Amino acid sequence: MTVATQAAPAAIQEQEMLISGSEAIAEALTLADIDVVTAYPIRPYDTVMQAIAKKISGGKLVAEYIVAEGEHSQFEIVKHASTVGARVFCGSSGVGWAYAMECLVVTPALRVPMVAMVGNRALDDPGAFGVEHNDALFVRDLGWLLCWIDSSQEALDTTLIAYRVAEDRRIFLPIAISADGAFLTHSQAITKVPSKSLVDKFLPPYHRGDLQLHPDNPITVAPQVNEDWVIEIRRQNNAATERAYTVIEEAYADFRRVFGRGPENPWFEEYMTEDAEIILMGMGTLSLPVKVAIRKMREDGKKVGLIRLRWFRPFPYEQLARALRKARAIGVIDRDYSFGSPFGSGVVATEVRAALYNAEHRPPLIGFICGLGGREVTLEDVYKTAEICYSAAKAGKTERATYWLGVRE
Amino acid sequence: MAEIATFSNATQVLEPFKGVKKVTIEEYFSSGHRTCQGCESALVMKLMVKAAGPRTIVLGSTGCMYVANTTYYSTPWVVPWMHTQLGSSGSAALGTAAGLKALMKKGKMKAEPINVIAFCGDGGGADMGLGAISATLTHKEYNSLILLYDNESYANTDIQLSGSTPYGAHTTFSPPGKARRIMHTRWKKNTAGMLAAGHPECRYVATVCASYAVEMMNKVRKALSIGGPTFIHSLDPCPKGWDYDPMLSHELGELAIECGIFPLYEVEEGVVKYYGKTKAIVDGRPRKPVREYLLKQGRFAHFIEEDLEYFQGKVDEMWTKWELPGVACFKKDGARAVAG
Ligand SMILES: Cc1ncc(C[n+]2csc(CCOP(=O)(O)OP(=O)(O)O)c2C)c(N)n1
Ligand code: SF4
Ligand SMILES: [Mg+2]
Repeated sequence: MTVATQAAPAAIQEQEMLISGSEAIAEALTLADIDVVTAYPIRPYDTVMQAIAKKISGGKLVAEYIVAEGEHSQFEIVKHASTVGARVFCGSSGVGWAYAMECLVVTPALRVPMVAMVGNRALDDPGAFGVEHNDALFVRDLGWLLCWIDSSQEALDTTLIAYRVAEDRRIFLPIAISADGAFLTHSQAITKVPSKSLVDKFLPPYHRGDLQLHPDNPITVAPQVNEDWVIEIRRQNNAATERAYTVIEEAYADFRRVFGRGPENPWFEEYMTEDAEIILMGMGTLSLPVKVAIRKMREDGKKVGLIRLRWFRPFPYEQLARALRKARAIGVIDRDYSFGSPFGSGVVATEVRAALYNAEHRPPLIGFICGLGGREVTLEDVYKTAEICYSAAKAGKTERATYWLGVRE
Repeated sequence: MAEIATFSNATQVLEPFKGVKKVTIEEYFSSGHRTCQGCESALVMKLMVKAAGPRTIVLGSTGCMYVANTTYYSTPWVVPWMHTQLGSSGSAALGTAAGLKALMKKGKMKAEPINVIAFCGDGGGADMGLGAISATLTHKEYNSLILLYDNESYANTDIQLSGSTPYGAHTTFSPPGKARRIMHTRWKKNTAGMLAAGHPECRYVATVCASYAVEMMNKVRKALSIGGPTFIHSLDPCPKGWDYDPMLSHELGELAIECGIFPLYEVEEGVVKYYGKTKAIVDGRPRKPVREYLLKQGRFAHFIEEDLEYFQGKVDEMWTKWELPGVACFKKDGARAVAG
């Protein structure tokens, strides 16, 4: 799947800016010309809403900016705005995302292509601002497409891709873009911001077609169906999620064609995996300490690589099984928890284990729970994961399936 | 994308119907619903959308008017209709209106005034969704109407008490028993008065009862044409929940007004205006005793004299001690509540 890239013209049509992950998303929303956005304060995602408010007051974007009285309303308002044909944006963090849960449930069921940002944050109680991925993972079974990003550039690009995928008539599902609280929402980096005309080549307008609620199209949406129809409707949702495998690949290929950059493999980033004996895995900004640690370990001759998952839903299980085929052991670092799960593993480790069940080559897989509540994932933590993976590789089995790292005893 | 300068917050022009013979004959809520015989709320739906006309979008929160009305393949709605969550009528109205406004303002949709109505039951509106309704009533730049159909219980889930259920009523959560005759001891919330008093920029709040159908439709028309977010509270006799012969729905609605239990009024730009029999009461005409209303309904069959007196006392207080009779429960100087 190689696509001819036209790097030269694209370069002229992009300018570089020093912006945070949240600001990068706001740039993308301006380029996508969103129509309705709803805000409610909670750290750390609210930085995106502050950035959008400035875009609107500064005349860069024309959109209805509604400050809701709670996250439940925040998500309901945009859900309804989307059904009349408006391109919408919303978001939240931690318990705010939880407060909206009822609305998060109905949005994919109604086939509303909302794009939301989750500024990942630990859930209460006790109170903590730092990152944990459990908030966004609440909706993993419901038809939300979920992805994690690790840089401002990826924040901007993924936002444009998200609208393109969500609003594809074959999909019509909401997408949540997860950004690690503080590490990404608040950290600035040089980011390429494309021109509007370039974006228009990539992102067509949102058309709801015969699902649009309008007096010219007098439909009844979401009637009471009960056992007569509900399972058929669920299957339709599932089919849309499965079509997302194709639509996401198309969107990334087209992104590369138009902008002359972007990853070949939408599903995950591979870092030094070519010859890797040990493959570490994780989502979000833990890629930074892991990459630094890998470079150091390589100096000592340890062949360690990283797979950073971008898309969690749909889950790239076939692509992963292929990419993990040569590993002697796999270490999955979860910035989440799943109490009472198989092997007490975090959510990602459990999914990867399931993805490998049918694989011919099933190396030992160790789950690591690390960096909860925004605690830093240190180089020492990463060395430890690699060390444990190496001894599992040697023994051909794991002593323990799950370790908690960087925890005070 | 530039804002189109010519865009305005225009509403449809909906003149009042001058008498029942002038009411339009087109129906936008037709056959296909499955409500109980004598269901007043179904009539409210029909009159509401008849008053609004064809260029209307209706959003309906969970409850009888969703579950019993829109069985898949047999929708009665001729206008576009969409379900919203139990506590979301306020957000549904706001989101729909904001979506339309944004698209028209940016030239992405043909500009025309489209009525947006979100309805909710008393459970969905006066309890769960109150915060969202309140928020919407402060968003003056979006035109919408929220209509609360009050059948005085969570009816769809088998008649449980809500904050809008009258004192003492028998519901499945307040069954009278030997140890406790009265399980439900709270007085009904004053929803319309509260919303009118609490939202200084909301231009129109009204109460209605479908027993007075033309008046009801004209209030809907005013609410939709005045501009900004508006609220209407409708009292709807419910044969199943109130336990009476379905043929009495119309009469019970009248009695609720004549006994002074549910006053009919509107608050337009802050000015209170009483209607019909309520106005007569304000002007000094005697109210019918509440027992005439209560004893026709099985939900009050366990009442003894003491309960009837207590109920009557509370209603009297509403007319004699409230600063704005029937509307706002601030007491006149020196007045005290009836001991209860
Ligand atoms: C969040 C949520 N909680 C509970 C329910 C269950 N429920 C469905 S209909 C209903 C009754 C709603 O009562 P009301 O708003 O008064 O409408 P009515 O049924 O009386 O017409 C309830 C509680 C629900 N659908 N959603
Ligand atoms: S229970 Fe009451 S509100 Fe519900 S359909 Fe029957 S009569 Fe109407
Ligand atoms: Mg009710």
